[in-house]
Amino acid sequence: MTRRMGLTGNEAVALAWKQLRPHVVAAYPITPATQIVERFSEYVAHGEVDTEFVPVESEHSALSACVGAAAAGARVLTATASQGLALMHEVLYIASGLRLPIVMNVANRALSAPINIHGDHSDTMGSRDAGWVQVYARNVQDAYDRTLLAVWVAERARLPVMVCLDGFTLTHSLEPVEVYPDEAVREFVGEAPPDGYTLLGGEPITVGPLALPDSYMEFRRALAAAMERVPRVLEEGVRAFRQHFGRDLPPLVEAKGTEDADVALVILGSYADSAEQAALRGRVRGQRAGLVRVVTFRPFPAAALREALAGARDVVVLERADTLSGLGGPLGVEVRAALYGLPQAPRVTDVIFGLGGRELRDAELDALLRSELPGGVVYLGVEGAHVLEPA
Amino acid sequence: MATDWQALDRGPVIPGGSSVAYRTGDWRQERPVLDLQRCVHCMLCWLYCPDSAIRTAGGRVVDIDYDHCKGCGVCAAVCPPRANAIRMVPEGAP
Repeated sequence: MTRRMGLTGNEAVALAWKQLRPHVVAAYPITPATQIVERFSEYVAHGEVDTEFVPVESEHSALSACVGAAAAGARVLTATASQGLALMHEVLYIASGLRLPIVMNVANRALSAPINIHGDHSDTMGSRDAGWVQVYARNVQDAYDRTLLAVWVAERARLPVMVCLDGFTLTHSLEPVEVYPDEAVREFVGEAPPDGYTLLGGEPITVGPLALPDSYMEFRRALAAAMERVPRVLEEGVRAFRQHFGRDLPPLVEAKGTEDADVALVILGSYADSAEQAALRGRVRGQRAGLVRVVTFRPFPAAALREALAGARDVVVLERADTLSGLGGPLGVEVRAALYGLPQAPRVTDVIFGLGGRELRDAELDALLRSELPGGVVYLGVEGAHVLEPA
Repeated sequence: MATDWQALDRGPVIPGGSSVAYRTGDWRQERPVLDLQRCVHCMLCWLYCPDSAIRTAGGRVVDIDYDHCKGCGVCAAVCPPRANAIRMVPEGAP
């Protein structure tokens, strides 16, 4: 029986981990992901799950231990955030390059300096080209569901997956969550990766040998191809998910009211709820507004975005990271790239908001939708000179 | 390597022990020459050789695997002075 429980994002992820029964968890978790591993280590200590729990001395070591365990064919999970993910950066590429199906929950949080503990997407955006699948949760239920789905997808795509949930706004928020029976999760993911490595098997193998200019490029092309196949694996994954749990998860993007939209908002993560409400208020005012939530950021769902956004006059990208390149945030840059070449391509206004946990207020969203959209890049809610004058 | 990328979907994984087939002996500038008449079979060279290139049988040194010896000279350096059974000679010298 599905149970309805009040859980924070961290608790929901820890519970998903317990139900997934990983062979190995290695972690040195940093706030705000700390409680995922803290709660999970209690499950281990109480004998509720027989995972080999490896408390290591740094995030770099955490992911390194995960790499070794995954190379031995284990189901492996870890969690981190912010500076911790930055410290893992070197090993991220090794995990994907070796095609290891590690699943990592990232509690999205700002990067130093200046030091800040609150939420934005700077951390995972710094890992966007590391060869990991990246999905962003909308709410606590979604974080729970996507963590279960990620294991299914990682083990079949043979790629590592990051399941991102907004620091504090999801990790520390209590929401009602429908929790599936342990046996249903077990049936969904099985006992172990179906096609894992066998470093500890009978036949000796070498994982990760030297590949010099005569072969390195072929391995990287094969990795790119694996990423290109992920949308198909995700389609199969959400179908299996629906069969096992009766819930529909949009695999790549979630579009609402974009069919006839003049203005379409594009967003990642938990502020999708605020954006959807703002679009609905726009509809009440007589404005044809719609919303596209990007669920899967890597691989980038360019075709799905083109389809959802082609008819709009204006696209407003709302995002919590900056590339500091003069081109705006990473989502805006890639949305523009996806729309490039469309006949009558929409004008894109890239709105950077909520860095370091700054709140996005409904009134700001309403003012944005009522203003003459300028195109270019806007820093919303920043003190000082504005591109947009509040209405 | 002539492998197409389409054949590499398993990632960089190869059969174990592949270094046996990878001949590193041609890196050598000096070659250790073993004099079995002088060798006392103390096994220090076998212990120290970083390339496992000292071949043994029945607890005794037999010969040197020149396909894998890189000529570092550690064996000659650790050979007991009174045995002095290993000399380094330039490659190409008689």
